[in-house]
Amino acid sequence: MNITDELYQQVILEHNRHPVHFHTLGDATHKAEGFNPLCGDRYWVYVRVDEKDLIDDVSFTGNGCAISKASLSIMTEAILGKSIEYTKDLFGRFHELVQGNSDDADELGELAVFGGVAKYPARVKCAALGWHTLMGALNRSQDSVCTE
Amino acid sequence: MTGTLARVDQDFPALAQTIHGQYPLVYLDNAATTFKARPVIAALNRYYSQESANIHRGVHTLSQLATERYEAARATVQTFIGAEQVEDIIFTSGTTAAINMVAQGFVRKRLSPGDEILITEMEHHSNIVPWQMLREQTGAQLKVAPINDLGEVRLDAFAEMLSPRTKMVSIGYVSNALGTINPVKQMVALAHRIGAPVLVDAAQAVATIPVNVTDLDCDFLAFSGHKIFGPTGTGVLYGKQAILEQMDPVFGGGDMILSVTFEKTVYNHIPYRFEPGTPHIAGVIGLGAAIDYVTRIGMETIAAHDRKLARLAAERLSTIPGVRLIGEAADKTSIASFVLEHAHPHDIGTILDNHGVAIRAGHHCAQPVMQHFGVEATARASFSLYNTERDIDRLMEAVLKVKEVFV
Ligand SMILES: Cc1ncc(COP(=O)(O)O)c(C=O)c1O
Repeated sequence: MNITDELYQQVILEHNRHPVHFHTLGDATHKAEGFNPLCGDRYWVYVRVDEKDLIDDVSFTGNGCAISKASLSIMTEAILGKSIEYTKDLFGRFHELVQGNSDDADELGELAVFGGVAKYPARVKCAALGWHTLMGALNRSQDSVCTE
Repeated sequence: MTGTLARVDQDFPALAQTIHGQYPLVYLDNAATTFKARPVIAALNRYYSQESANIHRGVHTLSQLATERYEAARATVQTFIGAEQVEDIIFTSGTTAAINMVAQGFVRKRLSPGDEILITEMEHHSNIVPWQMLREQTGAQLKVAPINDLGEVRLDAFAEMLSPRTKMVSIGYVSNALGTINPVKQMVALAHRIGAPVLVDAAQAVATIPVNVTDLDCDFLAFSGHKIFGPTGTGVLYGKQAILEQMDPVFGGGDMILSVTFEKTVYNHIPYRFEPGTPHIAGVIGLGAAIDYVTRIGMETIAAHDRKLARLAAERLSTIPGVRLIGEAADKTSIASFVLEHAHPHDIGTILDNHGVAIRAGHHCAQPVMQHFGVEATARASFSLYNTERDIDRLMEAVLKVKEVFV
């Protein structure tokens, strides 16, 4: 595989073209905005958490590069129906993956396609933007998450 | 006095590299910074390895030598931009520092609430933010002359926005996001009709078109050394003598004073008053070498070359379905900014880099320009004297690769 195809795997291109859960969520219990001032990527993440602390529904809107958009799309799939605790742990493992420190990439399922990002330090933030925004929403610590 | 651009690539050692171990580098990010010419590197090397001394304060041989070289660079800049006298040239750390010096040292004390500063919609953030800070400090207003959809300043609107309240006008000469060459001479004349002083941000202009402050009749002009094949951390603020005399120093310290007692300090003469502390001596000497270098080639020769490459790149890029050029001013140079359907500029930048082609992707520190064109970012190829038509071939090949990925 050449270096371009290694980064832009088909799964990523497909999610970029046809993102899933790509809409607002009227009854979200948590939401946050994520912004990368360097490139102008901007997203909103919406989450509905039920009384058992499970992610009952999740969605996103906004615009940015293929890496950030696909990452948000795949993220929503990976956390739907999962607990907050699991989600936070998954974020930690995803972070290790895109930093190039992961040794259990296979256990990350579809998220593993972002392993190629580790070779592009300038693009790690793109892959992580959605996750940081999600954490911002869940922690309710900020309304706007900035990756700079 | 025109030289030739044949084999200039030999003068820039950084050009001779391969990227990802296989692609000869095509460097098309010259609007961000230019590569350094051999004479510049040699000058830095000479200063650091031999003539390493502080200036204006030593009686010893090396200090005198360093002082001579530093002051020779000032004379070089004076001639290069056509300033009346050598004292009109102040060395700074760059364009950004120069604009802030004018804002705080010259404009601030002249502003009352309700007064106005006029800029254009295509300014770089460094010609926006210093004025916004001033607005906070003084209650003055910031007015913005709009651009049209080709990326040209609307002169009629600019003229209309000038009023007796206008206390400062600050305009870019060449837009770093669009490549537009503004009719600065005309704009200065309009501003002077109502008595407003004008600063010209020439950061993108100095390496791409001939610049002459006397012809423009501007009151200030700022540029950065690193965009004209010189060292980073160097720059120039030009000011007319009568204007500089009204400007206060923003930083105090050594070298900018004639005498200091705890009761009273007497400032040094212009320009030293505005160069406190130990400056970037090596850098300034290197900047002098850079200007000597482009002068030997001739700015007319360079300008024709950059303009031709920008036009060719625009022509060829626009043959690719899905490409939209951003900035199509009649008078433009050195820059081809574009977006491509289905591919974000960041992804374009990464894939181009994967093929050894270095461009910039982003908002280019000119977010208002991006807003005007309804985009978050663009991909920007920017050309300089060492680029060739072959580089545009490589750019085209790489953009077509992007199309293959993002069908
Ligand atoms: C038009 C323009 N003005 C100002 C600047 C700021 O220059 P510097 O960062 O060297 O201070 C730049 C640099 O990108 C520019 O292109």
